[in-house]
Amino acid sequence: MELNCPIPFTDSDCVLLAHGGGGRMTHQLISRIFYPAFRNPLLEQDHDGCVFPVSAGRMAYSTDSFVVDPIFFPGGNIGDLAVNGTVNDLACCGAKPLYLTAGFILEEGLKLNDLERIVQSMKKAADRAGIQIVAGDTKVVERGKCDKLFINTSGIGIVPAGIHIAPSQVQEGDVVICSGAIGVHGITILSARESLGFETNLKSDTVSLNNMLSELLTSIEEVHVLRDPTRGGVSGTLNEIAQAANAEIILDETSLPIPEEVRAASDILGLDPLYIANEGLVLIILPEKDAQTALSVMHRFDEGRKATVIGRISSKGKALVRMKTIYGNYRIVDMLSGEQLPRIC
Amino acid sequence: MKYADEYKDKQQVQALVHAIRKTVTRPWHIMEICGGQTYAIARYRLEEMLPPEIRLLHGPGCPVCVTPVETIDRALYIASQPNVILASFGDMMRVPGSKEDLLQIKAKGADIRMLYSPLDAVTLAAENPDKEVVFFAIGFETTTPIHLMALKEAIRRKLDNFSLLTSLFTVPPAIETILSDKDCKVDGFLTAGHVCAITGNSTYHRLSEQYKTPMVVTGFEPVDLLYGIYRCLCQLEAGIYKSENAYKRAVPEEGNLQARALMDEMLKPCDQEWRGIGIIPNSGRQLRQELKKYSSREKFRFHPKEIRFPSACIAGEIMRGKKQPGDCPHFGTACHPEHPIGAPMVSSEGVCAAYYMNKK
Repeated sequence: MELNCPIPFTDSDCVLLAHGGGGRMTHQLISRIFYPAFRNPLLEQDHDGCVFPVSAGRMAYSTDSFVVDPIFFPGGNIGDLAVNGTVNDLACCGAKPLYLTAGFILEEGLKLNDLERIVQSMKKAADRAGIQIVAGDTKVVERGKCDKLFINTSGIGIVPAGIHIAPSQVQEGDVVICSGAIGVHGITILSARESLGFETNLKSDTVSLNNMLSELLTSIEEVHVLRDPTRGGVSGTLNEIAQAANAEIILDETSLPIPEEVRAASDILGLDPLYIANEGLVLIILPEKDAQTALSVMHRFDEGRKATVIGRISSKGKALVRMKTIYGNYRIVDMLSGEQLPRIC
Repeated sequence: MKYADEYKDKQQVQALVHAIRKTVTRPWHIMEICGGQTYAIARYRLEEMLPPEIRLLHGPGCPVCVTPVETIDRALYIASQPNVILASFGDMMRVPGSKEDLLQIKAKGADIRMLYSPLDAVTLAAENPDKEVVFFAIGFETTTPIHLMALKEAIRRKLDNFSLLTSLFTVPPAIETILSDKDCKVDGFLTAGHVCAITGNSTYHRLSEQYKTPMVVTGFEPVDLLYGIYRCLCQLEAGIYKSENAYKRAVPEEGNLQARALMDEMLKPCDQEWRGIGIIPNSGRQLRQELKKYSSREKFRFHPKEIRFPSACIAGEIMRGKKQPGDCPHFGTACHPEHPIGAPMVSSEGVCAAYYMNKK
């Protein structure tokens, strides 16, 4: 019997298990796809980790994992989502995001072209946000053990002196500002994922918000809360804030910026836009006296062009989110239980 | 948004509420049949706008809520068999069977797909010739024709690995059961607009005549619902009873003839159990004998061991108009959307979930 030890193709057009083996092919993958995109002096320390100087003061540190399906969708892909997500988490801590790490879990068989496109999008998103990707890791798992690729990003940022973002700062009379259209990302993903039989012109709003938020924090002294309403949607995030601040938030249904396409798709699918995930969106709570300044700062940025006041803090002492409906009566906007299940008719 | 916003219009809502207040002289109980109507009533808090004389009762028109435990257990059994893909609408996934629900056995490895259209299940069957694809076909007359259309398509494509696990209900026998109860509280019905869009209005003429009860075909937006309530009230106050169409933009008198023909061709009536209510004669539909090979009930022999219905659940009494969700000691305490004891706490159109999620 002739033993035949196959030598993996190094010019394969898709990810092979050998790409995660730590040998020559791993190095090839890194040097051909990751390094050219992310190149910077800190990454090029070529060490087990990255060493960098720190200034005195406070830092913010956050991490997030990305498993979106499909990995490409109108308006973005899993790569820019992974960068923007962690950048926005840092920005919502009031921090200036500086460095990011990226961990990749790749499914055997993933097209290298797709991986390259995703990595290039990450580079673009990182440049826009003004951050550097300084360390990374790649693992390859067998087909079926993950869905094409999963990405984890962790990030570090510096919180400028004098900035204290915390729900405990929320005061009665504060206003709730929403930076843009509600539900766009979630409906985009749903219509890209499920064979819904209808198409929308919606594009995911995934974008980094740190430039706009840093400008906001420079212009306004007292910003009490910054939160991006990703999973759980606007209502989930507001409920978390209400609980952390022990405050009642009242939303005004007539002022909610829900685009027609999101409303129509939600109506058909039996979903509530307030529970649908967002990406390039931020909820801001600050004193009413600063609302106009905040809006005019935000309106100067693409990502804040549609910023508007959607509610206010009506009282402290009881954690609750209520909505004044279009008819002037009130209903509770609760946190979602489990996930939204599309109804049948 | 055209064809939706005008039926949410604040001025029209106020005008209708005003008209209802001016018309009412004494207490009336009006039941909306459909879960979609219940959801909108709870969502827009329409009951608060009504005068205290008008009490809304919430009918049995949520297929997720009335599908019997035995059928859920059957779906769980089928989904657990090797080489089976069970496809279902999303809101069936968390309805409790005797022991588990579909989401739980999915987590344990059963191949369960959440679909928006039964036609997608036909595609699944074509793509997976070595697997049995079972579509959990639940619904009233509204959804039934779509299931049948999918089956027709599967037959056309000669997909013998496709079958339907049917749980099909019809509205009129349920109305008769409610009205025949000696303790019946219901004075008038808002019949389900989308059901009538398929079936037409003829049966309801007979029912309103026979039971001397007004029946008003009603839509699902706030203006539609208040208009339906107003028309029902006008009949009640005038002492007349007839079936009336207050949802003409969607419901032609004769319904959808094509869909009706499809149902007659492929289905036959059967006695059907309604979860929480019991067996209602001739209220169900099942596949005709010649389509037996597309019936999952025939393909998979299931012998229920012990069917456990949550005794704490008062859904049956709520859906017959005898109680309200708030009358249940478990509402919002032991029974909530994360831990539904009864089916109406699962789907957003289940009366308990609708009221829980839209509380004041």
